[in-house]
Amino acid sequence: MKSINSKLFAVLFVGSSLLFASCDKDETPAATVFYQQADQMARPAINTVFVGTADKDAFNTTTPSAMNAAFQTKFQARLLGLNAGYTTNALGQTAAAFTGLLATDVLNVSTTAPTTFFDGTNVLTGRALADDVIDVELILLFGGPNALTGSPTNPGLISDNVGANDKAFLASFPYLASPF
Amino acid sequence: MKRNKLLLTGFIVVAIASAGILVAADHIDAPAVTNQPTDITDLYVFRGQDPNNLVFVANTQGLLSPGMTAAAKFDANTLIEFNIDVNNDNREDLVIQAIYDAGSNRMKVYGPIAPSEVGTRSKIEGNLTVEAGITPYGSAPVIGTSSNGIRAFAGPRDDPFFFDLTAYQRIIAGQATSFPNPGVDAFKGTNVLSIVIEVPKSLLGTVTSNNANVWVESKKKI
Repeated sequence: MKSINSKLFAVLFVGSSLLFASCDKDETPAATVFYQQADQMARPAINTVFVGTADKDAFNTTTPSAMNAAFQTKFQARLLGLNAGYTTNALGQTAAAFTGLLATDVLNVSTTAPTTFFDGTNVLTGRALADDVIDVELILLFGGPNALTGSPTNPGLISDNVGANDKAFLASFPYLASPF
Repeated sequence: MKRNKLLLTGFIVVAIASAGILVAADHIDAPAVTNQPTDITDLYVFRGQDPNNLVFVANTQGLLSPGMTAAAKFDANTLIEFNIDVNNDNREDLVIQAIYDAGSNRMKVYGPIAPSEVGTRSKIEGNLTVEAGITPYGSAPVIGTSSNGIRAFAGPRDDPFFFDLTAYQRIIAGQATSFPNPGVDAFKGTNVLSIVIEVPKSLLGTVTSNNANVWVESKKKI
């Protein structure tokens, strides 16, 4: 008798579980799918130049609003490690000011001006495909305060002497050249 | 993901030899995701052919040789998200999201739209804006267009980045004191998987001081 009751109870229990399970399925919307950050970038080569190997993954998952507090001091040490003679750059920035700008890794984009990393007039208003961003960064890293007025501090370090892409860009969408 | 392993190995050897200075612009700059579809190589944002538009470009999966490009694929579990801050607090006010749908072999684009949460976790926001079939290697660009003027492209392109990386590595390693002239573009002849989205500036709403701050993220399905 006891065992029959147990079996009956078990059957009822399983039945009610199934009932609940099917109710669940019918009434609960599909679970929201979330995506977790793996990589990020904004200005070219910033992670490459300024972030040490041990910090690269952390830098890639730190939101920009938290980057300055986490990385500016390290960026400044790195800058002075690369160029011990750094005083100011062509924008007149001290080491603290320059790395303060770079540590918050966002690409500034003008919604009115021509968009370029630097074209001689506009500074950090976007990044166009043809911009020689490496030369701009080398000038600011190594060129000293008079890099753009004919008296660079390290003349052999302010250009990699590659001034353009290996394929011409398109005038219209999607702008990037067809693949090799 | 198949790619030119020889080329990649060569870069890694150079990187290790030079005390951890890795490949620019952001190529192979994320040890946790290197060699994966979440690896971002570059971000570009510029005025379109129509100056009333902005073009957002995210390049992924760098250093694809021509022989490996046809087999390269976007990943259905990787969300590529352009983050746009329009009030200068470095927090995203708008996102443009692109996610690959393997069933239809199309890139689906959402936004620009205010995200329901900011930071390192995201979900797909709002309704589909525009979608574009993936352009096959060797084919003319397939372009998706929305009724509100957004255009989308996804597929292989020549890597637009140019840099004498090898010379830079020698300098950092103390093996050279200046760049040779002429330099050698280390990215010559290599391809990337590109996502290109052109958006009318009017869809960004009010932008403080006409300056937006933009960054791109790759996010993995959890």
